[in-house]
Amino acid sequence: MTVVHSAPKSASHDGVMKTLGRAFSSMMLGAHEANGELIFSIKRDDIEDALRILRDDHEYQQLMEIAGADYPDRNERFEVVYMLLSLTKNHRIMLKVSTDEATPVPTATGLWPNAGWLEREVFDLYGVLFDGNTDLRRILTDYGFEGHPFRKDFPLTGYTELRYSEEDKRVVYEPVELAQDLRQFDFMSPWEGADYILPGDEKAEVPAAPAPKAEAKAKPAAKKTAAKKTPAKKAAKPKAKTKPKASKPKKGDKS
Amino acid sequence: MSVQLEESPTTGDEVISNYTINFGPQHPAAHGVLRMVMELDGEIIERIDPHVGLLHRGTEKLIEHKTYLQALPYFDRLDYCSPLCQEHSYVLAIEKLLNVEVPERAQYLRVLFAELTRISNHMLNIGAHVMDVGAMTPNLWVFELREDCMNFFERASGARMHSAYFRPGGVHQDVPLKLLTDIGDWVDGRLPELFGDAMSLVIDNRIFKQRNVDIAVVEKDDAVAWGFSGPMIRGSGIAWDLRKSQPYDVYDRMHFEVPVGTNGDCYDRFMVRVEEVKQSARIIKQCLAEMPEGPIASDDTKVSPPKRGEMKQSMEALINHFKLYTEGFKVPAGEVYVATESPKGEFGVYLVADGSNKPYRCKIRPTAFSHLQAMDFMCRGHMLPDAAAILGAIDVVFGECDR
Repeated sequence: MTVVHSAPKSASHDGVMKTLGRAFSSMMLGAHEANGELIFSIKRDDIEDALRILRDDHEYQQLMEIAGADYPDRNERFEVVYMLLSLTKNHRIMLKVSTDEATPVPTATGLWPNAGWLEREVFDLYGVLFDGNTDLRRILTDYGFEGHPFRKDFPLTGYTELRYSEEDKRVVYEPVELAQDLRQFDFMSPWEGADYILPGDEKAEVPAAPAPKAEAKAKPAAKKTAAKKTPAKKAAKPKAKTKPKASKPKKGDKS
Repeated sequence: MSVQLEESPTTGDEVISNYTINFGPQHPAAHGVLRMVMELDGEIIERIDPHVGLLHRGTEKLIEHKTYLQALPYFDRLDYCSPLCQEHSYVLAIEKLLNVEVPERAQYLRVLFAELTRISNHMLNIGAHVMDVGAMTPNLWVFELREDCMNFFERASGARMHSAYFRPGGVHQDVPLKLLTDIGDWVDGRLPELFGDAMSLVIDNRIFKQRNVDIAVVEKDDAVAWGFSGPMIRGSGIAWDLRKSQPYDVYDRMHFEVPVGTNGDCYDRFMVRVEEVKQSARIIKQCLAEMPEGPIASDDTKVSPPKRGEMKQSMEALINHFKLYTEGFKVPAGEVYVATESPKGEFGVYLVADGSNKPYRCKIRPTAFSHLQAMDFMCRGHMLPDAAAILGAIDVVFGECDR
C-alpha cells in the first residue's frame, strides 16, 4: 500500500524487525508491522529485560508512554503498551504485554524514572498491577475512588456522583441518578450487524400466528378433505415468500 | 516527617523539624488545579509529591463512546491553551489509519494555524511565567497578542478557543484571503513590535534573571531519562524537534531553526520559547508565501463531507453527508501512535480502531505528565518561591495533564 497520508515520518523500519527479533529471541511472542508501526509482543515476565536491551544496546533512550487497553473477550484481558523513542536513530517502536486482573507486570521504574506515574495511571484506570513499583497509588481518579473506570465493563456514567449539600454544608457522594437515559445512539446500518430488532421486523418473525386463523376461518366454509389441504398450503406460501424478501436486500447490500 | 539534626542550615541552636505544606489545589501560581504536598526544611524544599487528576474528566473513555468526528472537539478541551495542536495529532492518527491523502492547501493551512497556536500558547506561558516571578506589565502586553491570535481563529473557524478546525482529511473550511493578508500584516508588524517591547523588559532584567538562572538545572541525560520533550528537552541542550526530525504535513518544506539552551535552567527554557515564537513567525510567513490554491479537504467522499452546493444538486452527496454526520466513517482495524510537536512538547495519540465508526481505545499522551513527574527531582534543594518559577517554565495545563 502506498503511503499517501501526511502523518509524522521517522526513520524507516528496514531491518529493525530482524535485528530486534534476534536480540529478543525467546522473550518475543510475535512481531508485526502494520500502518507504519512496529509492534513487538513480549512475554510478560521478560518485559523488563526486553526494555533494558532496547535502552542499553539499541539506543531507545526515551519511554514516551505506557498505555493500557482492555479486551474483555481475551483470556488475558489487558494489554500494556510501551512506546519507545530513539532520539539518535529517530525511530519509534511499541512493545506489548498482556495480563489479567491478578497477574502483575514487572515494573519499568528501575529503567526510567518517569515510568512510575505512567504505571500508576494504568493501574488506576485498568487495575493492572506492576510488580516492583513501590508507589502504586491512584493518580487520576478521586481520593477514595473504587473500581477501575477505563475497563470496558465500567459504565460511562460511573456509580457515584457528588454535589454540595446545603443541609450538610459539605460535598456528599450519592449513587448516580440519571434524569433521562444516557443517550447512546447506534448509527450502524441495520443490515450491517445491528444487534436489535428494527421497528416492523418483529412482524416477519411471527408468521405462524395468521396460519391457524386462516384455517379456522376456512374450516366451516369449505368442504372437509379438500379444504384442509388448501389453507395449509396458503399458510405455507406466505412463509416462503416473506423469507426471501427479507434476505434479498442483505445480499444486495453486501455486494 | 523526619526530625532534622543540628546541622540544619536555617537554624542556630534550636532544632526545627521539617514541616509539610499544601501548595494548591487552588493557587494562582499552580496554573490550574495542582496540589503539591511539599516537605520543607525552613524554606528549602526537601520533597514534593504532586497530586494530579483533580481535573480528570475521563476524556479517553468518552471518546470510546463517540464517533471519530464527534471525538475531535474533546481535543480542543485538553490543552485549552493550544487547541489546534492537539487536534493535529488526532486527525493525523486517523489519517494514518485510513491512509487518506490531504490536499496541499489543507496541509499549509494546518501548519499555519498550528504555528499561530504555538504563538498564542507561548504568549500565555511567557506572560504567566513572568508574572509568577513578579513582573506585571509584560503579561498584559503579550495577552494582547494572544487576543489577536484568538481573533484569527475565530475568523477561520467561528470559535475563539475550541475551534474544531482540523478535520480528518483536511480542514473544515477555507479561509478568506483577507484573513491571510491580515495574518501577514500582523506577523510583520504588530507581533514583532509588541513582543519585542515586552521581552525587552524581561530578558535582561536583573530580577527576572535572579529568579530563573541556575534554577532547576536539568542535565541532558536526566532530560532524556525523565521523558522530557519540547522546550523542556531543548532547554537542556538537545536539539530535538518533531517538526524537524519526524516532519508531518508540510513541515519538511519549512525553513526554521531549533533553538536550544546551554545550561538547562528555567531561564533557558524561557528563552527557548521566546525564540520559538520568532521561528513560528518565520514559518507563518513562509506558509503565507507558498500556500497554493485548491481544495481544503480530501476528495474521499467517505471521509470528508460534500460541499453545500453539491448537496443541492446531487442525491449521492446528500446521502454521503447524512451518513457522515450520523453514522460517521469507519476506520479499518489497526493501531497507531502518532505524536506531533505541540507547543508544550510531544503530544501523542495512541489510537486503536476495531473497524467500526468509534475508536476502540484512544490513549492520549499528555506533555505535562512526564514533566510534572520530574517536579520532585527538579525542585529538590531549591527554595519555596522557586517552585513557582519551575512550574512556570514547565508550561503545564491541567486540562491536558489530567485528561
